[in-house]
Amino acid sequence: MTTAPVASPNQMGAPDELGFFGEFGGRYVGEPLMGACQEVETAFIDAWADTQFRQDFLHILNTYGGRPSPTTECGNLSEQLGLRLLLKREDLNHTGSHKINNVLGQALLAKRMGKTRMIAETGAGQHGVATATAAALLGMSCTVYMGEVDMKRQELNVFRMRLLGAEVIPAMSGSRTLKDAVNEAMRAWVSEVGDTHYCLGSVMGPHPYPWMVRTFHEIIGTEARQQVQDLTGGLPDVAVACVGGGSNAAGLFAGFADDESVRLVGAEPAGGAAAGRGVPAIVHGMKSYFMQDEVGQILEAESISAGLDYPGLGPEHSHLALTKRAEYYPVTDEEVLESFQLLSRTEGIIPALESAHAIAWVVKAKEELQGQTVLVNMSGRGDKDVQQVQEILER
Amino acid sequence: MSTATDHPTTAASLQQYLTEKRATGSRLLMPYITAGVCPDWLELVDAVIDAGADALEIGIPFSDPAIDGTTIQEATVVALDAGMTPARALSELQQRQFGVPLIAMTHYNLVYRYGHERFASDLVAAGGLGTILPDLPMEHAHDWRAAADAAGIENVLLAAPVTTDERLAQVVEQTKGFVYVVSTMGTTGARDGVDDAASVLSRRVKAVTDIPAIVGFGISNGETAVTAAKESDGVIVASALMRRILDGATVEEAAALIAEIRQALDAAYPPA
Ligand SMILES: Cc1ncc(COP(=O)(O)O)c(C=O)c1O
Repeated sequence: MTTAPVASPNQMGAPDELGFFGEFGGRYVGEPLMGACQEVETAFIDAWADTQFRQDFLHILNTYGGRPSPTTECGNLSEQLGLRLLLKREDLNHTGSHKINNVLGQALLAKRMGKTRMIAETGAGQHGVATATAAALLGMSCTVYMGEVDMKRQELNVFRMRLLGAEVIPAMSGSRTLKDAVNEAMRAWVSEVGDTHYCLGSVMGPHPYPWMVRTFHEIIGTEARQQVQDLTGGLPDVAVACVGGGSNAAGLFAGFADDESVRLVGAEPAGGAAAGRGVPAIVHGMKSYFMQDEVGQILEAESISAGLDYPGLGPEHSHLALTKRAEYYPVTDEEVLESFQLLSRTEGIIPALESAHAIAWVVKAKEELQGQTVLVNMSGRGDKDVQQVQEILER
Repeated sequence: MSTATDHPTTAASLQQYLTEKRATGSRLLMPYITAGVCPDWLELVDAVIDAGADALEIGIPFSDPAIDGTTIQEATVVALDAGMTPARALSELQQRQFGVPLIAMTHYNLVYRYGHERFASDLVAAGGLGTILPDLPMEHAHDWRAAADAAGIENVLLAAPVTTDERLAQVVEQTKGFVYVVSTMGTTGARDGVDDAASVLSRRVKAVTDIPAIVGFGISNGETAVTAAKESDGVIVASALMRRILDGATVEEAAALIAEIRQALDAAYPPA
């Protein structure tokens, strides 16, 4: 039934019929959600094979989302670090992060499926804001589930979502962060499948979400590959992105996965590092690496950035980690805070705390990167984080 | 009422046991208890069996109960905070004899992590005859089923109102023990009324199989139980029972709910 809708690169191709990338992925949902997942899968395959849908998607990305986003050469920081640093500027997209790519794709798909309502989970609020934005644009109603802790950390984004006409519901269970917001959204979806599309915000969850969300983000890697060639005459030596669920990383990696010379690196928060753990877990509809205790209870992640505060990562990343096509490294909150300030001062670009993880890895690994061309996905801008950082720095 | 003589581990498979019970004309009553929901949870198990339970679901608490509503979530938090683990639940159960079959209900990750073979054999030792793993759809159940089959554990599959005829045919072919009829499109949780959807689905299931069809999700009292059992072979009572415990009821007070439902069912559908 599953036919690859895109000429996907081999290293990051379509999953198998049951939604597995190697041994990771699948569709571990209860019977009530089975039909809904199948409906999304069928609709996605059908839409992506339709040239008109692809054109509509590209049109809305360009005229509304602000694509293509540029790739910026960072002269000052390059000199300081002894390497050639390029930033893929997803921070310049409408709503301030890469999240809008996936959301516009799913919103168009939801419309096509005849849905009148979207629900979403959000961590930092960026995906929630993007979903609320797309819902406003396409005349759909929108409910966003957000951990109560995150609502406090990202007050401004809560207000933004409400301004855009969305309802924001606090997730009060567990750690009251992203993983609990996912649980709440999945629970809500069960009782509302008729008119509601679940607009999942990262490359995670049950099949087809990890595949579909990555596909909608592939434009990041496709554009970046061309832009780096235009700027440098060649490919980067390393492509780096932060990893929460892993959507911005998957979009970037997809552009280079078949270029064997390009190292793919994911930067995870030290308090939420899941890749490469020995035993996968089955949670949130997928089999993937998760932080868990010895009996299999999922642990709570702890990170300075709400958007990366997730104890697992998408199944395709688990596959890339296991097959060693991509490498994943932890960075600490302190290293992130330093990089947040470093990029602001040297380049005049205030990164999202999430994106600052990718910079932090580059700074940390600079010895081994001497003289290399390093492409970093600037997944979002730091406006949402300045207040939080101010509080930390002035404490 | 159960006696040691119908101890199922010697007699029967879960499905055989339930089928024989059904043959008496009475409706099946299957309460659910989260292991560790209260310090004396094993007394609660005994009490609901005395109150007329035909079989019992034992919930093993998982950190991320995505299919559960607020009551079971709350029970889960209480049990986890009290240090309940899969191994502890099974070994505490093993210390007692119950006159009815036990069925473990949990999220698949705990079984996966425990190890399929080891979980199956420890469950058998604890008096378990079946499992309900709602987030393990039949497409992905191959490995667990192999281990369960080898140990004599029956893996129960669920059917929901949205399950298509085509898929329902596969569910009844692959389920063992019984068919778990999900009464409504939602999470677990007691409701005031039982959806019409439950009757429609029960009829659909019974039209294609003779395996017992038991309705769960939303049974809160005698009245909803009688309604849900009209077109089915019985009911599962989970959140309403856990609610009583979470609200501070004693074991006896909580078990009274099961006695009330037993009475209502037997009055409406008298056993021969
Ligand atoms: C700017 C930014 N980058 C990254 C992420 C993490 O998501 P992902 O790992 O799916 O790219 C978020 C999530 O909120 C974000 O806002």
